[in-house]
Amino acid sequence: MAGRDSGSKKTAYKPVSMSPKEYKAFAKSKEPPRSVLKNCLRAFLVGGFICLIGQGVQNFFMKVFDMTAKDAGNPTVAIMILLSVILTSMGVYDKIAQWAGAGSAVPVTGFANSMSSAAIEHRSEGLVLGVGSNMFKLAGSVIVFGVVAAFIVGIIYWVFGIGAWHDTSG
Amino acid sequence: MMDYVWAFLVGGAICIFGQLLFDVAKLTPAHTMSLLVVLGAAADGLGWYDPLIEFAGAGATVPITSFGNALVHGALTALKEDGWIGVITGIFQVTSAGVSAAIVFSFLAALVVRPKG
Amino acid sequence: MILQGRRTWVFPKPPVIIATGTVVGPDEGEGPLASEFDLVHPDLEIGQPSWEKSERVLLEQATDIALQNARLDKDKLDFFVGGDLMNQIISNTFAARTLGAPYLGMFGACSTSMESLAVASLIVSSGAGNYVMAGTCSHNCTVEKQYRYPTEYGSQKPPTAQYTVTGAGAAIVSRDGEGPVISAATIGRIMDLGIKDPFSMGAAMAPAAVDTIQGHLQDTGREPGYYDMIVTGDLASVGHPIAAELLQRNGVPMDQTDFKDCGLMIYDIQEQKVQAGGSGCACSAVVTYGHLLRRIRSGELKRVLIVATGALLSPLSYQQGESIPCIAHAVAIEASPNIEEQGGMGS
Repeated sequence: MAGRDSGSKKTAYKPVSMSPKEYKAFAKSKEPPRSVLKNCLRAFLVGGFICLIGQGVQNFFMKVFDMTAKDAGNPTVAIMILLSVILTSMGVYDKIAQWAGAGSAVPVTGFANSMSSAAIEHRSEGLVLGVGSNMFKLAGSVIVFGVVAAFIVGIIYWVFGIGAWHDTSG
Repeated sequence: MMDYVWAFLVGGAICIFGQLLFDVAKLTPAHTMSLLVVLGAAADGLGWYDPLIEFAGAGATVPITSFGNALVHGALTALKEDGWIGVITGIFQVTSAGVSAAIVFSFLAALVVRPKG
Repeated sequence: MILQGRRTWVFPKPPVIIATGTVVGPDEGEGPLASEFDLVHPDLEIGQPSWEKSERVLLEQATDIALQNARLDKDKLDFFVGGDLMNQIISNTFAARTLGAPYLGMFGACSTSMESLAVASLIVSSGAGNYVMAGTCSHNCTVEKQYRYPTEYGSQKPPTAQYTVTGAGAAIVSRDGEGPVISAATIGRIMDLGIKDPFSMGAAMAPAAVDTIQGHLQDTGREPGYYDMIVTGDLASVGHPIAAELLQRNGVPMDQTDFKDCGLMIYDIQEQKVQAGGSGCACSAVVTYGHLLRRIRSGELKRVLIVATGALLSPLSYQQGESIPCIAHAVAIEASPNIEEQGGMGS
């Protein structure tokens, strides 16, 4: 084997020479298409269903505890978050999400899932450095951008003096 | 009864929008949720989100867009009551319940359960 | 002279794979190759308090099994060469601590199995060691946690995503002994054609596989037909057809051989929820050391070229908008030690 000359049958193949742009287009053409319609339908069904449950919880608080819709908002959100954390803890939320896509990610249950899944995952690194530092790994962007957006809206209102007519009682 | 129907339809529709951001715009969940929160905040800035809540109930309060709405509410209420400093002090007022609940429940969950893969 | 052509090592006295050890998790245990592995775990935790410790145990068990199969005491091991997907290849570090052998850590992502096997063969062939173990491992949950999302997070994986194999594979290479032999190894070079989507690894890695296969054939003067099978590591259902088409466009007669992929062999793609197919360091390792070597030992296959492919991105490089650089390392494993008779130049 050593020193055997492979020269007598030297096949030189064309090197891989597509440009990145060409290759990206080529790879994209080979990608299995996402079933957008099916995914949207599933997201609609699950998202709508989660909102249904939210409506039920809200109505419960309004009837049983004699709250207005506005007052019932806080305990409703808390219950939805609790339900999501329970499903995440049971190891079930991610399975639902593979089917439901945005239907389970967009409701506030998705927000709670992002926080509880991160907290649970990083428990192995301890409570402070693991759970504490990582809890907002995924939810952080939502909070940061929400706060910045609210701040900007607030500043615009203040600068243009719109504050007076905005109905903040709703 | 109708409140359930509208909650289902409007909530589902917002989720369809989210799904399109996933599949067509190819955004990550973090990008999608951040965008939805900002849209919720902007909608409330324009005065559109509260009427939607009147109409669709939980269909508008459950999706993450309502988090943006609530943040703006907090800022604007405090702006009206306390002047310009309210824009900073008020932001978390309305959402405090949600964020606190999420933190506390997540912490408790981390104490009690282990990930299952 | 071991170096032949641009980047291929052709071993004058082919090193022998005297023993292997393969350990897998529950999903692989439900796949078509379940009976080919030495140990199948029914759960992902493997009795450990963290995913990272579970991955370490997988590799320790695989190395143990390989040593037992070789009837070799771990003190007799000259070197341990290995790597994995974890930051600082920590799983291999701790396994090496347990083994106690002199340790060469390497990072090739999912190409580590053949990278480590190639280096182990070089050590043995050049007389730098006599018993060298090549090992690698991966775990679905550690990879999700480090590279993507917490395991309980509800994100929807696209159909191009791949499923990291939970498992570990170890092989002991020696100068003499009974077993399949390593006739040649081709070292890959980085290929990056601009793919940025970490959920589309197959497409990112395909050019690297093509480049290494072509480099191997050119350096050795062999034709694809020299091999009964050419297997890529984990291109899966998106990347493998891409590689096949690129090879065809470049005039490589792959129809002379059986062109397969470990990521498509380890799972039942239709039944199991694995999107495009398997990936991870363990994918090519367990399929090669478990299934393919068994078929070589039984005489079913005479010569196989295993082309393990790896995507060398980091979570940070992706966040910073970089594309995914990939690599592929190829190792030729043959049944008979008497390769001189068959000639190294194909038909």
